[in-house]
Amino acid sequence: MKSNTELLAQVTEFIGYEADLLDHKGYQEWLSLWTDSGLYIVPADLNETDYLNTLNLALDDADMRRMRVARLENGESVSALSVGNTVRMMSRVRVLEAGDDVVIARCAMTLNELRHGKLVTYPANVEYTLKPTSDGFKLEQKVVKLLHADGFLRTVSFIF
Amino acid sequence: MSELIEMQNISLKAAEMVEEGRVHKDLYSNPEIFEEELDKVFNNTWVFVGHESEVPEAGSFKTAYIGRQPVILSRDRKMNLHVLQNRCRHRGATVCEARKGKTKAFTCPYHGWGYGLDGSLRALPKPEEYDGVFDKNDMPLESLRVETYQGMVFATFNDGIEPLEDFLGGAKKWIDLFMKQGGGYPVKVLGEHRFNFPGNWKIQLENTTDAYHFPIVHKSFVSSLDEATADIFDFLDGEGFVEDLGNGHSVMVMIPQLVDLEEDLDQPIPERFASLAQALRDEGKSEDEVKKLVRAAHGTGFNLNLFPNVSCSMAFFRVLRPVSVGETEIQHVALGGEGAPTAFNRKRMRLHEHFQGPMGFGTPDDGEAWERVQKGAMAGTDGWILVNRGMNNLHESKDGNVAGAVCSETGMRGAYRQYKKMMAAGEEK
Repeated sequence: MKSNTELLAQVTEFIGYEADLLDHKGYQEWLSLWTDSGLYIVPADLNETDYLNTLNLALDDADMRRMRVARLENGESVSALSVGNTVRMMSRVRVLEAGDDVVIARCAMTLNELRHGKLVTYPANVEYTLKPTSDGFKLEQKVVKLLHADGFLRTVSFIF
Repeated sequence: MSELIEMQNISLKAAEMVEEGRVHKDLYSNPEIFEEELDKVFNNTWVFVGHESEVPEAGSFKTAYIGRQPVILSRDRKMNLHVLQNRCRHRGATVCEARKGKTKAFTCPYHGWGYGLDGSLRALPKPEEYDGVFDKNDMPLESLRVETYQGMVFATFNDGIEPLEDFLGGAKKWIDLFMKQGGGYPVKVLGEHRFNFPGNWKIQLENTTDAYHFPIVHKSFVSSLDEATADIFDFLDGEGFVEDLGNGHSVMVMIPQLVDLEEDLDQPIPERFASLAQALRDEGKSEDEVKKLVRAAHGTGFNLNLFPNVSCSMAFFRVLRPVSVGETEIQHVALGGEGAPTAFNRKRMRLHEHFQGPMGFGTPDDGEAWERVQKGAMAGTDGWILVNRGMNNLHESKDGNVAGAVCSETGMRGAYRQYKKMMAAGEEK
């Protein structure tokens, strides 16, 4: 197993890379970061971990991710056209599990969105399940635990 | 006295702002009218507070609002339902802040007064200081009138109002049809999405009986569907209709073939439900049951609007709460079947996530349109909002109600007629 410092650097680099893609709307490249079985999950209930048997804000398999990206890119969605930009800060990265087949990491995120001239902030804990490959990490699961997941959110037309 | 006259002028004004085919934009933006609506509409009629499956056992509770007033829906040890004002009788703190749960008592955090699930005051620290001052039996949490229909729980502050079933009237038949989507199992709440939008509550009230917007606002959702499903959602030229059911209620039938989910069970299974059907077979369900569950998984082909705060909207409850004149909170409550196969309830949740809630493929675009309506309400000093679509093409329904085309604004006119009636109440005095 690699030294923790080296792994932490690799994981941090990957998280920063993914965040940069999403803030700069590099959605097609973002799609290629995923394994075929990967799940992008934004829970509505932070007490639940059985995501498949729980109602989530989003639970996207490969098909849903592709459709979500198409919705953001094809110009048909009036709300997607109204999103100005997002800037997200990723920090407090910690590797929770470091296996040869899977690496689990957690970090803090503060995502800022400008919409209709108003700034909206989304603080969250983000959990990554990463699959090491010869081509670098692939996303097997990403769970975005919004601090106010069970409150009344504004509508979201970007990807956390 | 001068204050009283001023109030009367405002109420006269609000009621006069509703005409048969148009409503004045100030109804969305005038804070004085909003205060009056809380009093004359929300505090004065049957308001939806939840579904029985959200409080399944003795001791279950959930918190809710009627207008701005916090209430608790609870089930006592004898399984009776109560709706209680969430306010301690002593110094007025809320006695419950959890969204839902199970408890033996509601205890005020300030001085420890403890109330039973039926609201009765059970115990308080150092009670001797109240000897001869008041009797504990006279100090329960204030309770509201509660009645249910098909598991839907409504409460009202108005003790003089007609029974719930009379108020629902012509809507009851449609609630019965809506509740068939458990696929042979009792309908159960599976979870909910919550979001808010910077706009007036009536913009949401109108939206659930507005088929006209669907192909425009939800183009990106329709694009994400397979061809056969997209055809089903192409309903503006179909045989659908909007029917005014009285008392502000209306039904908008978009997909007539999905009105009664227990009919047409011999239809072939659509492509998008093939994997659900297989999962149900794998769970050992007979072919007849598979067909029934798959058909129920669609949800119904109609939106039933119940004035003033809930819509039975195809496959879910859409509940609105007015927060201020320019802010509204909305819950999208996902439904499934109590005891239904895992694959069925999972599919229902995935379909809900696809369109509904703050991250669905539909809701954010609705929210964008509603926000624009609220902004637009500030333009000019004397603008009107049109609700006259389809007034030239009305007919009488089978049940003897006024009905119009699926993309008519018949339902909005029905809701505004009830609104006008309630806002004008008391003026003749």
